[in-house]
Parts: sequence; structure tokens; C-alpha cells
Amino acid sequence: MLNEPNALDPLETAEAWRGQGRAVALATVIETWGSAPRPAGSHLVIDREGNFQGSVSGGCVEGAVIAEAADVIASGVPKILEFGVADETAWRVGLSCGGRIRIYVERIDG
Amino acid sequence: MELSTLQTLNAARAARRAAVVVTDLAEGSAQVFFEGADFPHEWDAALSGALRTGRPGAATIEGRSLFFNVHLPPPRIVVIGAVHISQALARFAPVAGFDMAVIDPRTAFATAERFQGVELVADWPEDVLPARPLDRYTALAALTHDPKIDDYPIRAALEAGCFYVGALGSRKTHASRVERLLQAGVSAEAIERIRAPIGLDIGAASPAEIAVAVLAEIIDALRRRDLSGAGGAP
Repeated sequence: MLNEPNALDPLETAEAWRGQGRAVALATVIETWGSAPRPAGSHLVIDREGNFQGSVSGGCVEGAVIAEAADVIASGVPKILEFGVADETAWRVGLSCGGRIRIYVERIDG
Repeated sequence: MELSTLQTLNAARAARRAAVVVTDLAEGSAQVFFEGADFPHEWDAALSGALRTGRPGAATIEGRSLFFNVHLPPPRIVVIGAVHISQALARFAPVAGFDMAVIDPRTAFATAERFQGVELVADWPEDVLPARPLDRYTALAALTHDPKIDDYPIRAALEAGCFYVGALGSRKTHASRVERLLQAGVSAEAIERIRAPIGLDIGAASPAEIAVAVLAEIIDALRRRDLSGAGGAP
């Protein structure tokens, strides 16, 4: 069994950061279509300063998710984000692989 | 998600316990469910399916938009016996996504040169397993066909509810093994769970082919494992 916290594990990172008093948002891939780079269930954890760990797309849309996470941290209201080739946003941040993903972003409370 | 929910989830993951987080995407609330526990009736099929397949997924149930995120412990294979079949298995298992450890007290067999890339413990299973217990996401393959080495870990694997317990040996060897286990107080029902002769019947002849047959049998057991609380154990 692993007793040491794993810095590459976003869920362990989320708990550790929150334990340090940092405001934390958790992003989770909830649905994918086509050749999405990361499967449903993948996590990205973000703090108020924009530090992050994990991945939801292998680098394509992380920047946009981190920006949205700041809003979620401020408001406490979860958001669902969608990225894909059909999405106007995709031309800016985009999934070059041609897939489409839905990402749920929530704040860790308590 | 509440921090306490995240803490519960991380504790379960550290303890190699399978868990599913159900998030209500409209409300933002999240709950953790553990394998073997009672599930709410309306979520039972989705929770059981997520645990069996290991695949997270979104579902709308009774008007609620939900996401089921499943966290299974990484599957691993513990092999008793640093034998020729184990050497081949040590090369195949990581490719198929399994961590693997080899335990054999015979230091002539258990050499680092023969086993690269997998964990090797040159000690008796009796001395190794209490500190590193087997669990439901572990497959045990006993490959020495020496009762002095194999019998203890086979019993430990049955008690731990390992998703796979396989033992090398002819039908005759296995018949004597069954006799010994019965005399030692292991139930006939538990003994039924032992896959022997080991490996899917693909006519495997060489050690490498037998390793493929064993690995295929392990994958079959993993993907079709019992999800009730007692696991495979009676």
C-alpha cells in the first residue's frame, strides 16, 4: 500500500491543497465523443492561483478549464463545460484530435 | 464536493477498496459508495455496472442528471514460484496492465537476473503476506507445485477473496492438494474456486504459452468477477 501522498494524483493533491487552506476546484471529464484524449473520470485539480495537477485533455483545453475554475472557486456554483470541433471555443483552445468532451467543474467545500 | 467526501474517497483508494462517486450534476452534491455495500435501489444497476466494468459514465435516473465515477484498485498479480512460467508472465503481465510480484523462498530461483521489471521477494509466503495482505483486486497464481510453498498462499488468497486463485499441477497433484486443504479445514466451496489445472484450455505447451493461458484466465476472472460483499469467498 502507498502511504506517501502521490503528487501526480489529482485527488490526493486536491485533499492536500485543501488541507493547506487553499481554495480548490476539481474538474472531471464526464462525457467524451470521438477520439477524446482523456477518458471519462479523468481529473484536473486547480487552486485559486491557477496551479494545477492532473489532466482532462492532455493539454488541449486545460487553459480554458483553469480560467473557468477561477469563477467556480469564487461562486461555489458548479459548471459544465463543453469543448469540441463543433464548438466555436474549439478554434481557440480546441481539441486537435477532433473529439468532443464535457467537463464538470466543482469547488471542494468544507 | 465536500472535503469530507474527498477524504473518504482517498482513504478507500489508499486501502485498495473499490468505490464509486455519484455526483448530481445539477445540485453539485456527491456521495461515495463502496463495493459490497447496499446500494440505493434506483442506482443499483448503474453502481454495479460501473464496478464491474471499471468504466465511469453519465446517466439520467429518475430525472436527475448523474455522473458515476468509479475508482478500482489497480489489479495486480502475485505469483508464488520464480519458475520458468513466471519469467514469461513477468514480461506479459505489465503489458496487460497488471502490477506483478513474485514470491519464492528458493534463492536459486528468485534471482534479479531472471526477473527484471517486476517485484521479486526471496522469502516464504508465510513471512511476506501478513505484512502485504492479498485482496479482492489481486490474482494469486501458485506455480511451484510444492505444497510446502504453495498451500499457505492458496489458503490466504481464498480467505482474502482474491478475484483469481490458480494453482499449477496435474489433476492428480490437485486431487492431493484438495485433500490437504480439506483436512486443514478449508471449505469445499472455497476449494471449488481454485482454477486447476491452471490456465485457459488453449492447448498451451511451452512455459510462455502456459503464461499466456494463465494471464487470459486472470483477465477473464477480473472482468467477470462477483460483486457481492463476500467477493468470491464463501
